[in-house]
Amino acid sequence: MQDVWREDRHRKWIRDEKDSSGCAISGFIHEDGRRESGDAIIRSIESMHDRGNGLGGGFAAYGIYPQFAEHYCLHLMYDTPQAQQVTEEFIAASFDVAHSEPIPTRTLEVIRRRPLLWRCFVTLKAEVRDRHYDLTDDDIVAMQVMHINRAIDGAFVFSSGRNMGCFKGVGYPEDIGRFFRLEEYEAYMWTAHARFPTNTTGWWGGAHPFGLLDWAVVHNGEVSSYGINRRYLANFGYHCTMHTDTEVIAYLFDLLIRKHALPIEVACLAMAPPLWSEIERMPDEQRDLVSMLRAVYGGALLNGPFSVVVTFTGGMIGFNDRIKLRPMVAARKNHTLYVASEEAAIRLICDDPQQIWHPRGGEPVIGRLRQEVALA
Amino acid sequence: MTTTAQAGCVTLSARGKVYRELNEEIRRAFDGGAACVELHDVIGHRYIGCGLSGSGRIVVHGTPGNDMAAFMDGPEIVVHGNGQDAIANTMNRGRVVIHGEAGDVLGHSMRGGTILVRGSVGYRAGIHMKSFRDKRAEVVIGGAAGDYLGEYMAGGLMIVLGLGRLPGQPISGIYTATGMHGGKMILGDDIEEYRLGREVGKSDLDTADRDELQRFVEQYVAAFGGRVEDILNRHFVKLLPVSRRPYGRIYVY
Repeated sequence: MQDVWREDRHRKWIRDEKDSSGCAISGFIHEDGRRESGDAIIRSIESMHDRGNGLGGGFAAYGIYPQFAEHYCLHLMYDTPQAQQVTEEFIAASFDVAHSEPIPTRTLEVIRRRPLLWRCFVTLKAEVRDRHYDLTDDDIVAMQVMHINRAIDGAFVFSSGRNMGCFKGVGYPEDIGRFFRLEEYEAYMWTAHARFPTNTTGWWGGAHPFGLLDWAVVHNGEVSSYGINRRYLANFGYHCTMHTDTEVIAYLFDLLIRKHALPIEVACLAMAPPLWSEIERMPDEQRDLVSMLRAVYGGALLNGPFSVVVTFTGGMIGFNDRIKLRPMVAARKNHTLYVASEEAAIRLICDDPQQIWHPRGGEPVIGRLRQEVALA
Repeated sequence: MTTTAQAGCVTLSARGKVYRELNEEIRRAFDGGAACVELHDVIGHRYIGCGLSGSGRIVVHGTPGNDMAAFMDGPEIVVHGNGQDAIANTMNRGRVVIHGEAGDVLGHSMRGGTILVRGSVGYRAGIHMKSFRDKRAEVVIGGAAGDYLGEYMAGGLMIVLGLGRLPGQPISGIYTATGMHGGKMILGDDIEEYRLGREVGKSDLDTADRDELQRFVEQYVAAFGGRVEDILNRHFVKLLPVSRRPYGRIYVY
């Protein structure tokens, strides 16, 4: 571990194991596939400015790269040109790179000490697929992302999905959004986060969303079970490198839904199961299912206060801890589902919602792109 | 700032203002002798009426932000819309009327004054509400309450009427009145034992309870409409703590 507290770099090596935070989250999905620019989501998260403290802001956007819809888009942070060179050589060994460019940004006085920000659109080389004939493309890409984040000093992949991207950094989210020129992207689904880190320093990689493949998670709260979740995930090849608790949520969703093919509702039940006292009162069949989930997925149980918005290609999940220790409001209007920490953050971008409600703890709110909507 | 024809009433727009500016303008209006301040375009502005004393009236149009009426000591706030979280946090005196629903931790640690909510509220309403000498916190919720209603309640009166619920929707969630050790709770429907904390006992209302309930239902109807007798016609139950010091054995050496 070298240069631990180097001031002029974003910090890869931080001693603390996790951070907890009182933050703001907001997100919406147009289920009819309609796309819109990043203006509205920036206004929504900006209205909760005081829930963050300027040490982290970020966004996830889906449907933004239709010209490269079949390519994985890697968003990268580099400390140094050397880190970039090493990483690009590593990427070139496994991937065909269709396009590579700096992530467009604008000069903003308040955004400082930024890493080099780069993106490349890639597909796996045929020989890599052959070598890993027993793995899916997603498995191989996740493995390469884990390798870069763990083993290449000064390099971070902060987004690795297809036709989506995460944009994040140190600053207030409204500034980060303008820095990344989000008004120039068109997405059918946007999420945003304002960070108020409390246990570790704010650094570029530690801002939300946390992305792996096409999963992105924005999170308000603290995962008290982080240690257990982290050890559990390590069994399946997930390595926590971000020094913040939120990344375990992204990996758990990837494990339970993508790899174990659990329905979303069941995965949420495993992560925020009812209390045993509630399980005892359930009808037999339901009690058997939930007891089994608690037994099999004990290591995936998320304890502590949290509200999160989890997104993936074609869907969005708003999700609270089971005793609702963090706020979450949901609303619907026409074909759009909204979720946010505060009602005003929704009303600001949605006049007269048809429905607005406070979801119960542990009860997921799910929005899905309609089947007939073409993604590309 | 514009003064309307109504004597002493100041109308303000919150549009484009951060909460600090808005709250300073409200204070200036009352300092300047206004009896009433009407706020338009409120959307997430925090701390409205926070720490405010006197006998003024604030009328809010929109969605006021968190900690509205926190530490308030005297005024009345009427909201035409939904409230967010932590309304009347540690309020000392005054009155809050919400013509909609409210979020989590309504009346958190409230020490005195009255809250009326037309609809339902989120989790932990009335957590650690209190009373002391002439001060008594009083809350009337028209709809249903989320889990942990009146958790650690130390005093005051919590009434949940249970009006307008969905089929099968309970009047209050689980862990109702857990740790309650003072005050009184009145619910407009029966509640299963498993929803209650161990620290309370359930009983029927006596004559004094019914008289008190009627006074608050009259206030509710005066604020939001409806008929007093229709509401009083429901089956009400009362929750009282079984001990004033449920944790005395745990924490006292």
